[in-house]
Amino acid sequence: MMQGNWTLAKKRTRLEQRARIVQTIRSFFVGRDFLEVETPHRIPGNAPEAHIDAVQSDDWFLHTSPELCMKRLLAAGYPQLFQLCRCWRAAERGSRHLPEFTMLEWYAAGCDYHTLMEQCESLLATLLPGGNLTYRGQTIDLTPPWERLTVDEAFDRYGSLSLRQALDEDRFDEIISFEIEPRLGIGKPTFLMEYPAELAALARRHPERPHVAERFELYIAGLELANAFSELTDPVEQRGRFVAEEAMRRDTGKPPYPSPEKFLRELEAMPEAAGIALGVDRLVMLITGAETIDEIVAFTPELL
Amino acid sequence: MLTCSDLRKGTKLMIDGEPHVIVQFDFTKPGKGQALYKCKLRNMITGSLFDRTYRSGESFEPAALEERDMQYLYQDETGYVFMDQKSYEQTTLGEEALGDQKYFLVDNMEVKILMFGDRGIGITLPNFVNLRVTMAEPWVKGDTAAGNNKPATVETGYNLQVPSFVEEGTLIQIDTRTGEYVTRVKE
Repeated sequence: MMQGNWTLAKKRTRLEQRARIVQTIRSFFVGRDFLEVETPHRIPGNAPEAHIDAVQSDDWFLHTSPELCMKRLLAAGYPQLFQLCRCWRAAERGSRHLPEFTMLEWYAAGCDYHTLMEQCESLLATLLPGGNLTYRGQTIDLTPPWERLTVDEAFDRYGSLSLRQALDEDRFDEIISFEIEPRLGIGKPTFLMEYPAELAALARRHPERPHVAERFELYIAGLELANAFSELTDPVEQRGRFVAEEAMRRDTGKPPYPSPEKFLRELEAMPEAAGIALGVDRLVMLITGAETIDEIVAFTPELL
Repeated sequence: MLTCSDLRKGTKLMIDGEPHVIVQFDFTKPGKGQALYKCKLRNMITGSLFDRTYRSGESFEPAALEERDMQYLYQDETGYVFMDQKSYEQTTLGEEALGDQKYFLVDNMEVKILMFGDRGIGITLPNFVNLRVTMAEPWVKGDTAAGNNKPATVETGYNLQVPSFVEEGTLIQIDTRTGEYVTRVKE
């Protein structure tokens, strides 16, 4: 007698929870007059970024994020957009990473990254009406406002090096990953904000502090959940950033990416806006108490 | 040479002239940042453990080790004894070299023994092994949900989770790579 696949069968509870979470996200945005869109998953080129590698599909690429297409829609006059979709990133596989994962992105015209922080607070309140969540034995209070911490302050508070030293010694990512990240979003979620301008390829510079960008990452229980920007809308500066990212790719022996010319052309028409990408798999991990990303998807690549 | 994308649990590398195996591995990548490969390494000769983090772009020398087909004979006070099926030479592996794999050894099982020079330092088991359940709670009638599980012990003393319908005396198949229950075996 065929018994079926027990590994799949035992995921039932988590998969049911996941489906409910996705439905709630959808109603949250629909209820706030965001238009749900679907943009192509297979595109001629992604935004060039030094450390994000795309999966090739014939002579095109699978998208690493729906960012460029969604911004072209913003530029065409759609003021509030959201999308729930699969994204692909080459060679990313770990206990919190899948090479194919689910992203929630939303964009809103006429606002900046502070608005997005408030929207994150409301979204979590809708998903967890009890006002708190327990993850790996820690209880996290979700009552707004959440902690807002600059990258500079985080290095001073938790890092063995200052931000300046870490950048000079090329150890920024290491200090963030191993010293700072595990201590963020404990007790209350944390918005880690104001990244050095050189670490924010598509974000606008802070008008008063131009050495930092209006970018934040959301952390809950040490888990990085979302990345957000006040969008850069200056096509000249954007082109310069892409060139710099491409140069970094070249220096590390990575293949070049085509420049997204249509996006750059239409960026001129894009209104002031802010946008955010939130990892849905990690959100499901948090809400369902899963230790690894493998537990909240039916199939990992290894099961195929 | 190996690159970071070859690193995973079980990868064997030479570090300072000695073979090392990755026993724990995790990939992490801060938003928009570079990939970091966090490894716990075991020196395959001394058994000592240490942590090391690599970044994309680094390269590694694979460990020059030879695998030989052997058969498991028996356990004695020196360890677990295996015999080369061609030369009849014997090699003994200590408990340390085997770890949890000792629970999946069955008499006369054909395995691959990893040799560093003439010394056996590791083992590759068949992917699946059949073992009899010696202890499990009885099946609660009416519990038919396929995903439900309970603890069980098999004849070698190994503990694992099994579906609720598995009872004492049942022969089950275990995946030796993950240590997890796969299926009931028809006898």
